[in-house]
Formats: sequence, structure tokens, C-alpha cells
Amino acid sequence: MTDKTRRMDPIGLGVRALTRFAGSPLTARLKLHGPASALIRSGAQVGFGAVNGAGRQFKAMRNWTSSSRGSRPPRQDLFDLTPSDEQQMIAETMEQVAAELLRPNAEAAEAAGAPSPELEAQANELGVLAMAIPETLGGAMSERSPVTSALIAEHLAHGDMGIAVSLLATPSVALLLTDYGNAAQQDAFLAPMTADEDAPTASLAITEERALFAPHDLGTRVRQDGGTLRLSGTKSLVVNGSRSDFYVVAARSPEGAPGLYIVEAAAPGIQVEAQPAMGLRAAGLSRVRFDDVALRDDAALDLGEGDYDCIIASARAAWCALAVGTATAVRDYCIPYANERQAFGEPISHRQSVAFMIANMGIERDGLRLATLRAASRLEQGEDALREVQLARTLAARHAMQIASDGVQIFGGHGFVKEYPVERWYRDLRATALMEGAVLL
Amino acid sequence: MLNLETPKKFKPIIHQAHQIGAEMFRPISRKYDRAEHTKPVELDMLASLMDGMNASGGEGAGAGKLKQDAGGDSGVRNGANMTAVLGMTELCWGDVGLALSIPRQGLGNAAIAAVANEEQLKRFNGRWVAMAITEPHAGSDSAAIRASAERDGDDYILNGEKIYVTAGERADALVVWASLDRSKGRAAIKAFLVEKDRPGLTLERLEHKLGIRASDTAAFRLENCRVPAENLLGSPEIDTSKGFGGVMQTFDNTRPIVAAMAVGLTRAAIEETRRILADAGVHIDYRRPRTHGHAAAAKLMECEADWEAARLLTLRAAWMADNGQPNALEASMCKAKAGRTAVDTALACVELCGSVGYGEDELIEKWARDAKILDIFEGTQQIQLLIVARRLLGKTSSELR
Ligand SMILES: Cc1cc2nc3c(=O)[nH]c(=O)nc-3n(C[C@H](O)[C@H](O)[C@H](O)COP(=O)(O)OP(=O)(O)OC[C@H]3O[C@@H](n4cnc5c(N)ncnc54)[C@H](O)[C@@H]3O)c2cc1C
Repeated sequence: MTDKTRRMDPIGLGVRALTRFAGSPLTARLKLHGPASALIRSGAQVGFGAVNGAGRQFKAMRNWTSSSRGSRPPRQDLFDLTPSDEQQMIAETMEQVAAELLRPNAEAAEAAGAPSPELEAQANELGVLAMAIPETLGGAMSERSPVTSALIAEHLAHGDMGIAVSLLATPSVALLLTDYGNAAQQDAFLAPMTADEDAPTASLAITEERALFAPHDLGTRVRQDGGTLRLSGTKSLVVNGSRSDFYVVAARSPEGAPGLYIVEAAAPGIQVEAQPAMGLRAAGLSRVRFDDVALRDDAALDLGEGDYDCIIASARAAWCALAVGTATAVRDYCIPYANERQAFGEPISHRQSVAFMIANMGIERDGLRLATLRAASRLEQGEDALREVQLARTLAARHAMQIASDGVQIFGGHGFVKEYPVERWYRDLRATALMEGAVLL
Repeated sequence: MLNLETPKKFKPIIHQAHQIGAEMFRPISRKYDRAEHTKPVELDMLASLMDGMNASGGEGAGAGKLKQDAGGDSGVRNGANMTAVLGMTELCWGDVGLALSIPRQGLGNAAIAAVANEEQLKRFNGRWVAMAITEPHAGSDSAAIRASAERDGDDYILNGEKIYVTAGERADALVVWASLDRSKGRAAIKAFLVEKDRPGLTLERLEHKLGIRASDTAAFRLENCRVPAENLLGSPEIDTSKGFGGVMQTFDNTRPIVAAMAVGLTRAAIEETRRILADAGVHIDYRRPRTHGHAAAAKLMECEADWEAARLLTLRAAWMADNGQPNALEASMCKAKAGRTAVDTALACVELCGSVGYGEDELIEKWARDAKILDIFEGTQQIQLLIVARRLLGKTSSELR
């Protein structure tokens, strides 16, 4: 990480984030005038905050005494399904990013195993990464809000789940470091993410390659070797595996508890190979082997009681949010087709067995969305959310999958061939039942 | 701000309704399941309690207060519709049949609350009003009803047959749907308030049922039954451009209530099954993937997940009504999801608990019988799916039948 961890002036970073939003040439090309100009307005506000906040952070960073956590939104004791103005604006922007950037490039990214560098740069220019980094560290996150993260994941996955997962891998590690990184870890790994060039990419690696894998029974282990910590094991379905600059790896600590460790990709003893799967092929899924890899002294994230559970839950909730977005894509894509496709002299949507599939897509998608938002809002409020996340995940595993299957069914043989994206959504949505880690709210 | 937790301000009403469900309904649940057609006298004193709940703060738990809120004043509202949904959930966690038998909380009362004018509101205040739409040959297809209403001076003369009237025997009056002119279709169908003592109205029989036996289900004959013109609910005009309107919109408000009944019953079945499974050594672990534990635990978790979806869909529909947002689509969504979830869950719970679940010593088999009506009345599963599908696909009722 030597040249990537170079110190940047925090005020410079803040200003840079601001001008990036405001000056983006994408604004015009993507027809993002409405939401994007709103985002720019908020960028302007964020910018002022960033400069001031970054100034304070500068001292803190020099002393390396405290880390940036991002403040939580205030609580309000009313049942409410209205997003804040800022969330609404972010959602609309992400919706357009999904429609204009992700959906048209889904096939190419799937073939290439990754979104193009241009696409990634454009998405980040529009805030996908910056919104996961606190203002105080040069990002654009004014409040640490898992609900906002859920909305971002949902709307990006409406474009394409594989690309969304790839785009969100580094921001998810940013969120993790925001929540749990100490000042030194944030300084070395989080702050450089806002750099204009050569910003580090990262991936949260939890899943292991065996049936009935659970994040609490880790085969990957860390042992104490004299004064050095060494990590061994294999991680499976690691997002952006071959092009990550560092990983955050779940492993059993020398004391036997599950822990998270920062591992630099350049360290000796790491092997990466492509691990293509049923879907999510744009996410560069990889198998990463760690063979007695020596870790930095401060590699371990400082997790308190219940933190690991909370991170696992947050990742599962993020997969649910992605499932909501892709299930919505299926629903939206099937409606016009069912109305246009003729069979036996009338649109197929005039037959109840077709129409009821659409009705159930709507019902189950909405149910999953509400359950996911509830889990996210509990995470945001610092409430225990293990149960709520598990319920949402169960809905995603069963109903989002059913939606995808019905989506192919409604297209008939045309759904089975690659003429339409429904077969890809079918492959992608299967992942939401089994993936651990990689993305976070 | 997005928040899907139940606010603290509802705690007292939920607590109250839960106490009724736990301390009054549960102990007599089996008794009235066995003694079908016997009036649960225990509920009389409940009536005044419910009246009290309705009067306090203007946001009661009963059907009598349901109204699409006009919105208007700034800020998010958590009002009467949410209160009714949350209260009904707890009551039906206790017993659905008994909840349907609480005096003065009939569906007719909901219709009156939604469309009655000031004079009618006053005249029917404090009365228990049942709803009479269904006829022997027309249930789902309510536009096909044959009951007729003919204007005669200052009166209407009603003729026809009505079946399956919930609380028909115990109520003071019925809201009877009848047509002013059968050649004019839906637009000519109007709702009339018919007091039970009107000459020409006869209670023919009470049904014997699969479940909710504590609730009476009555059949009526109307033979030249004369009601004053002031008893017509809504406008007497036949406006063919508007179709049903009026009373039909009651359903946007009452479907979430019926969904709430299903949500309450489903929770009862899940809680009881969790207890019985725990006795058998099976526990639910929310940290582990659902497929890793005992199959019975995995199945129960699936039920609980569907319950959570049904519950949130129901709260959403009520919340929209409280905030003046049109919710016909969402009301049908929650009714469809909650109705089938109640049936699927209660039946699964019987299976999971084996002979303990099937026998009459526990209430689980009863809930599995009770549940089925929740997927039938106030619009069957299929009718809800039709409404949802038409909305999503942009189809008319003649295109998608
Ligand atoms: C215990 C109980 C209490 C009741 N309480 C009341 C009450 O208080 N007031 C009142 O007015 N009524 C009441 N009902 C009647 C109830 O609302 C009706 O039974 C219900 O609406 C269905 O009508 P139906 O029985 O005529 O069935 P039908 O309409 O004959 O339907 C039979 C089957 O066909 C399906 N079906 C019908 N049309 C379609 C279609 N277009 N597409 C697909 N499937 C279709 C239905 O879903 C159902 O599965 C009650 C019924 C019971 C059993």
C-alpha cells in the first residue's frame, strides 16, 4: 500500500469530492439534471461541512486518537414510510445511474467479469463510493444511515445486480472501516479511497467453500507466530477478488472467536483465481487462498460484543436490498411484455394464471421491501436486528427467487434464451439466499 | 423518516386489546367453538369498554372510526386506521370469532363511518350494524346481486335474499345492498340501512361452520320490506359514469382490518407452535442460516417471515389511509398476503405439532379452521389478486376477469 497510503490534505479531499459532483460531465449526458442538480446542491452543503469537518479531523488524524464514525440520524417515534428529502434525491439519482449506466452495460460486464473502468469511474463520480465515506474523511456521507445504504443498493440492483455488487464492494468496506476502524486503520485504508487516482479497492471476504457454511464456524484462522499474526484459509465467491488492493477477511482469532482482519493483497502467500458461478458474473467472483500470510500489527478490527453478529446481519440485509431491486426489475420488465405478447388471440396478461403471477410479484416484492427496510431501520437505530434480518433473508430466498422464476416463465422460451435479461436475473437472484459478506448497509 | 417500528403511543391500546385477547377471549375460545350459535354473553361488558376506547382521544380500535383521513395538516399521521389494525391484531390473536362478535363493531358500522351523512351518523350512533351484500347466487360478483329497491313515496321497498351476514342475529340493523334498477348495472346498486325490527325482514337461519363458530352467520329474507328514503346511504342518483363508488370504498378501509385479523391469528399459531416445539427440544436460532437447523425450525421461520411481510403490508395500507393516500392497491395486497399466510401458517403449525396440534386440547387445530374464512370474506384471495393484477397491468375488469 506504500504509495496508496500517502497522506492527503483532508481539506483538499473535501473540496475535491465537492467539485467532483458539481463538475461531472456525466450530469448532462445522463440527463441527470433534476436529481443530479439536487445532489450537487447537497454536494455544496456537504462541501462546506466537509471543509470544516475535515479541518477538525486533520488534528484528530495527526494525533491519531479518535476515529470517524459518522453521526446517526435522529430518531422519531412514528411509523413512517417516507424517505427524507436527501434519501429521495439519492434514490432518484441511483435509479438513473442504474437505468443509464448499469442496465445497458449489464451484458458486457457479465461477459468481461467486471464493469468497465469507465463505468466504475462514472458511478463513483456520481457518489456511489463517496456516499459511503464520512465527510470528515473527504467523502459525502453526512449521516451514517443503513436505510440510505439499502436504498442505494436497491436502486443500483434494479439496473444490474452483478454490477451493483461489484460497485458496492469497496464502499461496503468503507462503511465497515467507518463503523469499526480505529484512527490508524481509517487513515491508512479509508481516507485514501477518496483519492482521484489510484484509489484502493477492497472486498469483504466471509464466505467459505463448503455446504452448510455459517459465518460463525470459520475454517480460516489466524495464529500467533512470535510477534506476528498469520492468516490461513480459503475464501470463496470473493467479489472483485482479483483486483482488490486489500481484503477484510473473516477468520477465527487465536483466541477462537470470529474476527475481521485487514489483509493487503500484495502480501506474500496470497493466491487468487477466478471462481465463475451461476450468476453475479460481473462481480468478478474469485477464490482467494491465504497461506500463512503475515498480517500488519494493526490488522484486526476492534470488534466489541455483538459487533460480528451485527456485521453479518448488515451484510445479509444488504443482499436483501439488492434482491428487492432485482425483483423490482423483473416485475417492471414482465408487465409490458405480458400486455404485448399475444397468444390465443389476446394478450397473455388477460389470462389469470399469468396475471396472478404478476400480482404475486407485486405483493411479495413489496413484502420483502418492507421487511428489508424494517431491518435496515433497526440497524440504523442501533436496535438488535438479527431476527428481522433473518426474516427478510428468508423472504428473499423464497419469494425473490420465485419472482425471478416466474419472470422467466412469463417470457416462455424467450425467457430461457439470452435475448432478454430475465434469465440473468434468475441466476443472480439465487445468490441472495447464500451469500455472506461482500456488501453492507 | 423511514421507521417501521410500532410507535410507543400505540402501546396502551395494544396492551388493552391484548389483555382482552389473553384474559377474556382465550379462556372461552374453545367453549364457544363447541357451543355454536350461543351468544357469548361475556362480550356485553366488552362493548362498553370498546365504546370507551373509541371515545378516548378519538382514535379507537374499533371499526366505527375508520375513515380515509383527508391528510391536510402537515406531518406524518399515525391515526385511527393504524390504531384499528393494531387493536384488531391483538383481539384476533385472542380469537377471531369472538372479535367478530364484539357488539357495535360490525362491518356495517365501518360503512356508516365511511359514507353516512350527519343525520344518519346521529341516528345510528351506538347501534350494531351488520353488512348484507352476499346472496345465494352472487358473492364475489357483487354487481350481480338481485335484491331490489323500489321507490314508493317517501320510502323504498326492498325485496331479496341475503346470506352469510356476520353478526346478523345479534346486530341491531343491517346495511343491505340492493339495486334501484338492475338494467343499469353497478351504478344502480345502493346501500340501505335496515333496522332489524322492520316488517318484511326475516331471519331465516344460522349457518353451521368450519370455524369462527363463536360468530353468528345469518341468512335473511326481505319481502316488501319498507324503509324510509333517509335510510339510503350516500347519493340516490344513478351515476353510471361512477360505478360502485361510495360504500364499495369502505373496503379500502376494512380490508386492512380483515388482514389484521389474519396477522393476529398467524402470530398466535406461531407463538404456540414455538412453545410446543421448544418442549420437543427444537429452538429457533436467528443467527444461523435457516436451512442449517431442524427442518421444523426452518419451516416455522418461513411462516414467521411471511407473517412479517403480511404484518408490514397491513400496517402500510393503514398508514396510507391515515395519511390521506389512496390505498386500494395496497389494501388488496395486504388482504391477499395476510389471508393466505394465516391459512398456510396455521395448517403448517398443525402438521409441525403432530397429534398435539391436531387434537382439541390445544387451540392450533381451531385456528387452522378459523383461518380459512380470512382468505374468503371481504373478497377472496382470487378477487384480491384480480384487483392487484388489474392495477399493476393497467387492465379493466372486462379485460381481466
Ligand atoms: C363466515 C362467513 C361470513 C361472511 N360474512 C359476510 C358478511 O358479513 N356480509 C356479506 O355480505 N358477506 C359475507 N360473507 C360472504 C363472503 O363475502 C362471500 O362468501 C365471498 O365474497 C365469496 O363469495 P361466494 O361465496 O359467493 O363465492 P363465489 O363468488 O361463488 O366464488 C367461488 C370461488 O370462485 C372464485 N372466483 C370467483 N370469481 C372469480 C374470478 N373472477 N376469478 C377467479 N376466481 C374467481 C372465488 O375466489 C372462490 O374461490 C361471509 C361468508 C362467510 C362464509
